[in-house]
Amino acid sequence: MANIKELAKQPERLSGGHRLCAGCGASIVVRQVLMGTKDPVVVGSATGCLEVATTIYPYTAWKIPFIHNAFENVAATISGVETAYRALKKKGKIKKDIKFVAFGGDGGTYDIGLQSLSGALERGHNFVYVCYQNEAYMNTGVQRSGGTPKGASTTTAPSGKASYGKPQLRKDLTAIVAAHNIPYVAQGSASHWNDLVTKAEKAFKVEGPAFLNVISMCHRGWRFPQEDTIKINKLAVETGYWPLIEVENGIWKFTYKPKERKPVVEFLKPQGRFKHLFKEENKFVLEEIQKDIDENWARLERMCEASCKVA
Amino acid sequence: MTKKNLIPFTGDQAVAYAMKQIDPDVVAAYPITPQTEIVMNFSNYVANGQVSTEMIPVESEHSAMSACVGAAAAGARTMTATSANGLALMWEIVYIAASTRLPIVMPVVNRALSGPINIHCDHSDTMGCRDSGWIHIYCENAQEVYENTILAIRIAEHKKILLPVMVCQDGFITSHAVEGLELFDDKKVKDFIGEYKIEDPLLDVDHPVTYGPLDLQDYYFEHKRQQGEAMKAALTAIPEVLKKFEKTFGRKYDFIETYKLDDAEIAIVAMSSTAGTVKFVVDELRQKGVKAGLLRPRIFRPFPKEKLITALKNVKAVAVLDRSESFSAEGGPLYTDIKAALYDSGIRPLISNYIYGLGGRDIFPADINKVYVDLQDILKTGKVKTPLNYLGSRE
Repeated sequence: MANIKELAKQPERLSGGHRLCAGCGASIVVRQVLMGTKDPVVVGSATGCLEVATTIYPYTAWKIPFIHNAFENVAATISGVETAYRALKKKGKIKKDIKFVAFGGDGGTYDIGLQSLSGALERGHNFVYVCYQNEAYMNTGVQRSGGTPKGASTTTAPSGKASYGKPQLRKDLTAIVAAHNIPYVAQGSASHWNDLVTKAEKAFKVEGPAFLNVISMCHRGWRFPQEDTIKINKLAVETGYWPLIEVENGIWKFTYKPKERKPVVEFLKPQGRFKHLFKEENKFVLEEIQKDIDENWARLERMCEASCKVA
Repeated sequence: MTKKNLIPFTGDQAVAYAMKQIDPDVVAAYPITPQTEIVMNFSNYVANGQVSTEMIPVESEHSAMSACVGAAAAGARTMTATSANGLALMWEIVYIAASTRLPIVMPVVNRALSGPINIHCDHSDTMGCRDSGWIHIYCENAQEVYENTILAIRIAEHKKILLPVMVCQDGFITSHAVEGLELFDDKKVKDFIGEYKIEDPLLDVDHPVTYGPLDLQDYYFEHKRQQGEAMKAALTAIPEVLKKFEKTFGRKYDFIETYKLDDAEIAIVAMSSTAGTVKFVVDELRQKGVKAGLLRPRIFRPFPKEKLITALKNVKAVAVLDRSESFSAEGGPLYTDIKAALYDSGIRPLISNYIYGLGGRDIFPADINKVYVDLQDILKTGKVKTPLNYLGSRE
């Protein structure tokens, strides 16, 4: 459990004055995750909003070591950094204990960086990978990704007379990562800061790879007022759209369950990207989305129950 | 060293052994024919505790070069090795390694680039990335491969250079043929390469730095200029390293090698293993009184323009052999580079180009002899009838 008074005393590792949008979820996620350890941290970032907005040469918003290499390879890059650390520590050239974290958006994680991530997880490097999942390629102007949900209108899968937006479900990346049998996997949301910081603490603590899939609002792509970021975040959790779960050494667990799951339309309604779904001809999609969420929830409950029994 | 000290090694084994003596902090590599034996042999050294290297058995070459960038930036002496499609897959990061000024050393076993798929030797893989900002060294035989791998470490890490280096050898022809190698003393190698130390390593958490920032219209151009200046500086800094190499190991190298070129009227320019075949033919022709010679560029990037011009200044007819097709319709990359260098110098031998050996097509003494016959004809008529030729291809 995190203590908010203690957290407030922690020095900022990502300084203000960067050029992310007001109300952007990414920087909130980064700050909360970095509160998960007091050890020195080296950060890697995939190409994306977070990288371009925090490191415009000759400025940097990072008060800690930071490396960006390319779009699809942050996991491989940080695996090189972490290996160098082990090599140099073994030789006594580095004395301190250092943690490693890689940040990537859903484009850099669900899609183009999936191979690099899978390889680094399988090799067992000691690092935390954080996907700030804002459900589309936001840096280049809201194009669909493998993390974009069904029914969302994006610039490459727009809604129109013959389309209700993205017809496919987003892939279940958290389950894909969990299938690598790494020590710690979790889904988080910045609205539930205590839950997220606690998960980050666990992620930094385990030996080996850890993965956090964190829903991250983008008001430019999701089309809602910038001051509502945390509110929308909260609705994602309360509707079961983004369940707060963790998989610790193979055991699946809900870390938070709303007393009663709200209907998903409460999450979808305030967002411009789902506006077209509320037209009469698209109402069936709303029903399908609700059904998908219910089924996913039931599946997660079965996973929790089954994995506990096995353990 | 005496003959009895010769050790039977292939080119790939020679690289692996050099890597063992270098003992890099990190090696991230992925196997690909015909480079595979480098990774296999080096993995054995790791498994048997003969090196202190931390090995990253990556899932692709893209990740190999990505991990190398991370490790080198972190402050570790870092190596990898690849061939052909593997090099093509890491292409994007090959450029990033150079522009981040990371002194990674990468032995490349030259293999034809797909398609169609082919596993045998030509230079299309490394020639394709001649503009990537890496230093390129081409080796004639396994002995040179071994020595250049060690040499490359000091070139890459030279304070005035700080650029990654490719050490190229011919796939199968050199990589898989066994030669007797003279090997250096472990301690001498250690002393020669020294300690790896870069300024501002990423792992210096007390002095945090940002690597790989977004570099826009205001600064990108100057950074590219600096990269170009580093390559120019390499032209004057590499001889310092060569001198130290000679002092340590008694082996003298230059950017180029000339063979019976001083009084030659006709000459072939060729790189890597083909130069050995050319030397054999030159000897035969010399016995017949033909003034034939060879010029072999060893370091291709930075391009040793002045050395090449000086070497060719008395030659009347030159044939440049390219083991890759650049599809410019104007000739291969070595040919066009040499022609451009000669233009400014005012030295204008009759010059022609031969593309040969693509996809591992054998190059025989008879083929080389044909080129010299053509050169004699050019010398007699004073005319280059066909500037662009395909040697050994069925027409």
